[in-house]
Amino acid sequence: MASPSPKSPEQSEKNKQYDRQLRLWGDHGQAALENGHICLINATALGTEILKSIVLPGVGAITIVDHNIVAEEDIGSNFFLDCSSKGLNRGTETLRLLLELNPAVQGHAVQEPTEQILQENPDFFKSFSIVVATSLGEKIIQDLAQHLWDINVPFILCRSVGFLGSFRIQIKEHAIIETHPENEQIGLRLDVPFPALAQYLDTFDIDTLDLKDHGQIPWIVILYKAVQKWQLSNQNRWPMSRKEKNEIKEIIQEFIRKDENGIPIEEENFEEALRAVNTALVPTFLPVKIQELLYCSSATNLTKDSLPFWIMCSALRNFIEAEGKSKLPLRGVLPDMTSSTEHYVKLQSMYRTQAVMEAEIVYRKVQEIVAQLHCESISETEVKLFCRHSHDLHLIKGSNIAMEYQLGSNSVASYIARYLEEPDVMMVHYILLRAAEIFRSEHCRAPGEWEPEADIAKLKTCVSRLLTDISCSPFPKDDHIHEMCRYGGAEIHSVSAFLGGCIAQEAIKIVTKQYNPVNNTFIYDGASTNTATFTF
Amino acid sequence: MEMAEVEIQTPDYMQRRWHNIRKLLERSGPFCHPDFEPSSEILDFIMNNCKVLIVGAGGLGCELLKDLALMGFKKLHVVDMDTIELSNLNRQFLFRKNDIGLSKAKCAVEFVNKRIPGCEAVAHHCPIQDLDEGFYRQFHVVVCGLDSIVARRWLNGMLVSLLQYNDDRSLDQSSVIPLVDGGTEGFKGNARVILPGMSACIECTLDLYPPQKTFPLCTIANTPRLPEHCIEYVKVLQWEKENPWGNTTLLDGDDPQHVAWVYEKAQERATKYGITSVTYRLTQGVLKNIIPAVASTNAAIAATCATEVFKLASSCCVNMNNYMVLNMADGVYTYTFNAEKRPNCVTCSNTTKVMEIEHDATLQAIYDKLCEDNAFLMKSPGITTVVNGRNKTLYMASIKSIEEKTRDNLKKKITELGLYNGAEILVADVTTPNTVTIKLKLSEKIDVDMLY
Ligand SMILES: [Zn+2]
Repeated sequence: MASPSPKSPEQSEKNKQYDRQLRLWGDHGQAALENGHICLINATALGTEILKSIVLPGVGAITIVDHNIVAEEDIGSNFFLDCSSKGLNRGTETLRLLLELNPAVQGHAVQEPTEQILQENPDFFKSFSIVVATSLGEKIIQDLAQHLWDINVPFILCRSVGFLGSFRIQIKEHAIIETHPENEQIGLRLDVPFPALAQYLDTFDIDTLDLKDHGQIPWIVILYKAVQKWQLSNQNRWPMSRKEKNEIKEIIQEFIRKDENGIPIEEENFEEALRAVNTALVPTFLPVKIQELLYCSSATNLTKDSLPFWIMCSALRNFIEAEGKSKLPLRGVLPDMTSSTEHYVKLQSMYRTQAVMEAEIVYRKVQEIVAQLHCESISETEVKLFCRHSHDLHLIKGSNIAMEYQLGSNSVASYIARYLEEPDVMMVHYILLRAAEIFRSEHCRAPGEWEPEADIAKLKTCVSRLLTDISCSPFPKDDHIHEMCRYGGAEIHSVSAFLGGCIAQEAIKIVTKQYNPVNNTFIYDGASTNTATFTF
Repeated sequence: MEMAEVEIQTPDYMQRRWHNIRKLLERSGPFCHPDFEPSSEILDFIMNNCKVLIVGAGGLGCELLKDLALMGFKKLHVVDMDTIELSNLNRQFLFRKNDIGLSKAKCAVEFVNKRIPGCEAVAHHCPIQDLDEGFYRQFHVVVCGLDSIVARRWLNGMLVSLLQYNDDRSLDQSSVIPLVDGGTEGFKGNARVILPGMSACIECTLDLYPPQKTFPLCTIANTPRLPEHCIEYVKVLQWEKENPWGNTTLLDGDDPQHVAWVYEKAQERATKYGITSVTYRLTQGVLKNIIPAVASTNAAIAATCATEVFKLASSCCVNMNNYMVLNMADGVYTYTFNAEKRPNCVTCSNTTKVMEIEHDATLQAIYDKLCEDNAFLMKSPGITTVVNGRNKTLYMASIKSIEEKTRDNLKKKITELGLYNGAEILVADVTTPNTVTIKLKLSEKIDVDMLY
């Protein structure tokens, strides 16, 4: 027997290699990642673990800035060093072994100290999508953070000490169109059906259909009919309260056919309709969060330099105020439901067509704005994507790390104080990580690096100083200070590997502009397996 | 000269290389495990005595091997039956394109032994079911990074079967081999610590696994709506009907020609019904039941497991209690909770399992209960019993000739088959290494009216 030879082209090598992640961020996410260039400052175990999970999925390029020489302790905790690395430059050595992971990734190593680059060639940082730093001193953290804030390059500051770790994302403004929410609002517009939908829904008469067809009516039709019936005796209102929704359920129950003994016949579509009452009857509305976004000054005061995101927001606002009649564009997605193929496909294409139509209106408005401002054009694909996800747009407005370091009487101080009063042990960890940094800048070593007990009092002074700055009373016990001295600045591989995985993903989220990153500080305690997110 | 040099060489656990973890092991702290006594001997134990089995050398396994080797463990064993594929390379960082087709376990072990001096990892390229009790008994800790629930359950069953009980029915603690288990799916994952016989085991918490998504056959055959329905149709019905590569060729999701064939046929069917969006990627996803996977989630979950193995081996810190979930899709979120041991767990409760069933039920009812009841969730249970001192197979699907011979029994009432109140059935299944004995408790059908 001759073998059939299907004509479909096989997938490319690259598509096969990245298949499992393309299912998470798509081809366009991958393209964005391949355009990304990540800079790592200090190739500690934490640093290389971060790069590992960015190189594997295929980032465009990495640059490692590290002037340190490989010590034996480095080799013991860092997988991207081998015995031959001892005494050589740490950045060059880790780069060599990291690039083995994926030949598609470009790599560079820079052997100058960060301080020097910042002074002599600050433009160096401009070309990066993100700068990630580990094991930096207190002073340089602030200088670097300020500079990256000024030149608008995202920055992730990372720490790993003993069982503790943290990362802090500094990004001025980050808009996400594809947030991939776990539970998407379905938004079927049953309360305000567009003409084609209304017309179609009206063609159904649930009572006259024969049993087979009865079992094939999509639940959105059933729901619509039930509401219509309910409205006859309720002044055409829309059912809102729990009681009213229960009345809708009763009407649906009445629709269900009965056998000769009066026992309801099990029909899956009616079961689905009953389950959908609570979620699908939510009236179509403009979420407050989106409204705020569309009316914020970035969206209302456009300039030639406005980002495409803001231009699209502005066009979307114009749409809502005019053709959209206070509604966001239709998503155009119909959830799966028991139905005949015919009904389902018809409904689906109605939703799709309407969504395309509305997105086209928004696109025309985008073009008008672009023409007025003489700014760079925005593709129709982009606008369609924007419209499809307009219910879940997300904007992060970040804060400057340099401000976080100037405690005093600012709002960060009172924010921290509030958590310490609770008391929140994860905020205590944050204070200790900061205090350890102060200790290091004063004593040129980590607390407990030589003798844990001897440094407890000294570290306590650093903690007290921080607590005074935020007007908090001292910790009642020294246990966390003691524990930090026990760590003695040790970097534990599995703790860094956990953080490395998380931070790599945050960097990928920022580069691909998909999924919400942490806003803005993450603390990890491997001893208690606890994590927390704070927004400084 | 050479002799002298050997003599002054510091033992491995005193080397400067291990300076970082030695701080945790040679110093005490206020949050240490109550039994912890800091000393350099702990690292000596970790390096030279503590045997850890890593189950799976895939996304999690590669990470686990690296993590544990850098936490000082040298006596590592890795078991995995799989070979390397191109689609593994986006996360299984110990493999390169040249390694495609080779054993994952062997490749991973070779790489790590070479990179980390002193590491003595050993590879086992075989299914976990090929290794016996004696093999599993040698380990201090087992850490598991599998994508198969069935294999996980089997392994769990194996570790529980190694438990020994004292005369007073109390557990012999020295027979407990802790199981640290990790799993990932896209940006989500979980890690847990199981002390078999003492804390919740895999079977105690079967309800934590989401039920597998399936499409009803009538939808696939008669009323397709989604591209997935069209692909399922070709996979389940059309392939068998057309046998494109001849009668004996089964559909292979890894054969690009097969996938392309299904893709084309599914497209034809979709066009016929006006359904859009059948893609090659989706076709492959449905055929192979592909779960999205990315390096970062695997790194985070494996690291969490490795930290727990380190705590178990060193007592330097208390273990997590006992189940952590991670979600990196919206920020980074974790939640750790105490999964509770089920007192009547089929696997770890060390009591006779009882199944309540109506006295006029058929064998089918027992079979269905074994597959669907949350306490069992078996895949294809084989049921035997002892009648008048003789073994009698009531039903067994796994061997075709026996299935044919016993198929009629399913329709028979259990009392006709010689079962009675208090009778014991012996059940074998892929989810467990040992036969499970279940005592039947027959109940009269309760008349609803009598309740009033
Ligand atoms: Zn159990």
